[in-house]
Amino acid sequence: MAKVPVQFTLNGAEKAEFVDSGTTLLHALRDKIGDTSPKGGCHQGTCGACSVIIDGELRLSCLTLAETCNGATITTTSGLSEGGVLHPLQRAFLDAFATQCGFCTPGMIMAARVLLDHTPNPSRDEVVEALSGNICRCTGYEPIIQAVLTAARSNSQHAA
Amino acid sequence: MALALQTFSTVKDADAALKADGARYLGGGTLVVRATNEGDVSLLSFVRSTEPSLSTIAVSGGKIRLGASVTMAAIARHPDLSTLSPAARAVGGPAIRNMATVGGNLFAPAPYGDFTVALLALDATVSTDGGDQPLETFLAKRDDSRAIVTSVDFTLPKGGGFCFLKVSRVKPKGVSVLSIAAVLEQAADGTVSTARIALGCMADRPMRAKAAEKALLGRRLTKDGIAPALAAVGEGTSPITDPIASAWYRAQVLPVHLGRLLLGQVAGMETKA
Repeated sequence: MAKVPVQFTLNGAEKAEFVDSGTTLLHALRDKIGDTSPKGGCHQGTCGACSVIIDGELRLSCLTLAETCNGATITTTSGLSEGGVLHPLQRAFLDAFATQCGFCTPGMIMAARVLLDHTPNPSRDEVVEALSGNICRCTGYEPIIQAVLTAARSNSQHAA
Repeated sequence: MALALQTFSTVKDADAALKADGARYLGGGTLVVRATNEGDVSLLSFVRSTEPSLSTIAVSGGKIRLGASVTMAAIARHPDLSTLSPAARAVGGPAIRNMATVGGNLFAPAPYGDFTVALLALDATVSTDGGDQPLETFLAKRDDSRAIVTSVDFTLPKGGGFCFLKVSRVKPKGVSVLSIAAVLEQAADGTVSTARIALGCMADRPMRAKAAEKALLGRRLTKDGIAPALAAVGEGTSPITDPIASAWYRAQVLPVHLGRLLLGQVAGMETKA
C-alpha cells in the first residue's frame, strides 16, 4: 500500500513522516516518530492511556488517524518538561505518589493539562470529571486527583 | 492492517466513494477505527468529507439543525443547547466527547448511543443527500444505510418538557445500564397531552416506549397517575445483556427509573442528568 505524508507540529517541533494510509496517530507517534509517552492500552477508546492534545482538545490517539492531523498542533506528555525541569503536573504526580506502574500517567497528565488550561482553579468535582475518561488500575484515583489539585495551586502561586 | 482513507470536500463525492465494498464513513473514529483496532476485517477503507456544513450547528427559534460531524463536546458547550447538554455529556469521557459525532451516534450499538435516545424523544429527522426521514424509520433500517448522514433536525420543546436520564454503575462516566429521554406536554389541568418516550439499551438500538406513551395520555404526573405507564413500559422491549447488566436486570429496573424521571418532572419539568 502506498505511503501517505503526514506533517504536524509535535511539542513545538515540526514533524513530517510517511505512514501507511489509515495508520493511527498512536502508531505514528510511537513507532514512526519515537514519542512513546502515549500508551496503547485498550485501543477501544476506553482507557485514555493514549490521550494527547490536538489543537487544544483532548483526544484519543488510538482512534485518530494520523492523516487527519495534517497541519495540527499536537502536545504529548513528553513535551511538557522544559530544560530538564518537570512541569508542575509531572512534579505533583511524583510528589503525591499519583503514579505507580506509570502506564496511565501520560494520559492522566494530558487530561489534567487540558483542564488546567481552561480551568486554572478547578474544584474536586471538575478534576474528577476531567479524568473520567482515564482508567488507573494501581493508585485508586485519589492520589491522582490530589496531584492535579496540588498542581493547580502551584500554578496559582506562581501566577500570583 | 492499515486501511486507505479517502477525503472529499463534498458529501456528494464521499457518498459515491462509500458505495465501494468494505468502505465505511469516518466521523470521529470512535466506532469505525475502534472496529478496525478490534480486527473487523469487513472494513476495507475509510471515507470522509470535510464539507463545512457537516460541522455546523444552526439554531433558529426553537428549531435546531446539527451537522452530522458536530461533536458531543460542541453540543455540550453551545449556549443555545443547554437542554441537550446532559445527553451530550452522557457520552464517554472528555476525549471521546471531543471526537464522537452526532452522525456516528446514530449508528452506535447498545449500550452506546445515549444521545440518539434523546434525539428519538425529540422526534428528530435525519437528512442524507437522498432525502429526509424520521429518526425512528432511519434507525430501523440503519444497518442497510449506505448514504452519508448530513444533519439531524428537531424542535426543542417550549418551556422545558424535555428530560433525560442515563443510568450507569460508574460515576461520572460509565456505560449505560439504560437511558431514558422523554418529551411531555401537559394540558392546563395538569394532565399529559403529548408524550414521547425513548429508551436506550432496551433493544439493540434506541426505541420508543409507545405503550407507556399511550398509558400516560390524560394522566397526571403523580405516583398513581404514572402507574399504568410504568406497568406498560416494558412492552416490546428486548433488553441487551452485556457485562454491565443482564437483560433481566434492565427489564426490572426500567420502570423504577422511568418513574423517578417522570415524578421529577412535576416541579418545572426540567432537564435531568
